[in-house]
Amino acid sequence: MVLALGVSTLVALALTFDMVFPGLRETWQRHWARRRRVPEFSLDPGRERRAEQTARALLRSCVSDEEWAMYRELGLIRVWGKHPRTHAGGEYAYLIYPHKPIVAYEPTTGRLLGEHCVTFPDQTRPYGSSRLPDSDDVLAKWMALTGDERRLIGEANMHMPGRQIDPTQIVRDLWRLSRWERSRMREAAAELDVSSAAREA
Amino acid sequence: MKPGHGEVVIAGGDVAVPEEEARLLAAFREQLDAGLWAAVPLVQADGRREAMMVRSFDDVPRDAERVIFFPRAAGG
Repeated sequence: MVLALGVSTLVALALTFDMVFPGLRETWQRHWARRRRVPEFSLDPGRERRAEQTARALLRSCVSDEEWAMYRELGLIRVWGKHPRTHAGGEYAYLIYPHKPIVAYEPTTGRLLGEHCVTFPDQTRPYGSSRLPDSDDVLAKWMALTGDERRLIGEANMHMPGRQIDPTQIVRDLWRLSRWERSRMREAAAELDVSSAAREA
Repeated sequence: MKPGHGEVVIAGGDVAVPEEEARLLAAFREQLDAGLWAAVPLVQADGRREAMMVRSFDDVPRDAERVIFFPRAAGG
């Protein structure tokens, strides 16, 4: 009986020591090194997702229905250039992607004109992430382009097409965009037909 | 716009009320002093959407619903 109790006590002591010792050792080592406890960074995996949801709502409230549908369905927004690019007044436009360069191109020919590499870095950085959510990045580019195109393009680094985005991807996106626009025009025309037929009846 | 947070409301108020306008002005200056850009989303008469970049509080239309601050652009 005494022997069994003694063995049990020894086992219990050994287990307790195993649990307590690492903590005691860490405390002693920290004390020895005169270091303070550094608060651990608690990672919230849902934070980025919630931030993106908020950003999408903000973007939705600022851009037109067509631009919102374009972003939702194609992952990009096209913004028309405001200034004549040449003396002949050539038309041009930009493709805005989240966290990628702004791509300038000629809508009539599909010719790629250049990549405008621009970021919106967080200067304060105390919040863990230095990047805006995707939709905020798109909205920042959209506001800066529609509000002051020259200023934004002046801040950006301009490169030849293909530096960061594969030109074949852009060509494919332009093709998707034109198909998407044709489809929307067909839908709008069909709706118009239905409503005019209803009026006649 | 705040990285990791999305939209964060900084201040709200009515510019017709002097105390609230002063508070909005102070918040506006604080953001611009921190190096942020400011824009007002607009809806044109023809329904077109665009933004107006503002550099001072006086540039903000009196009927603007909101001013959006975002980090200033830098070459990437």
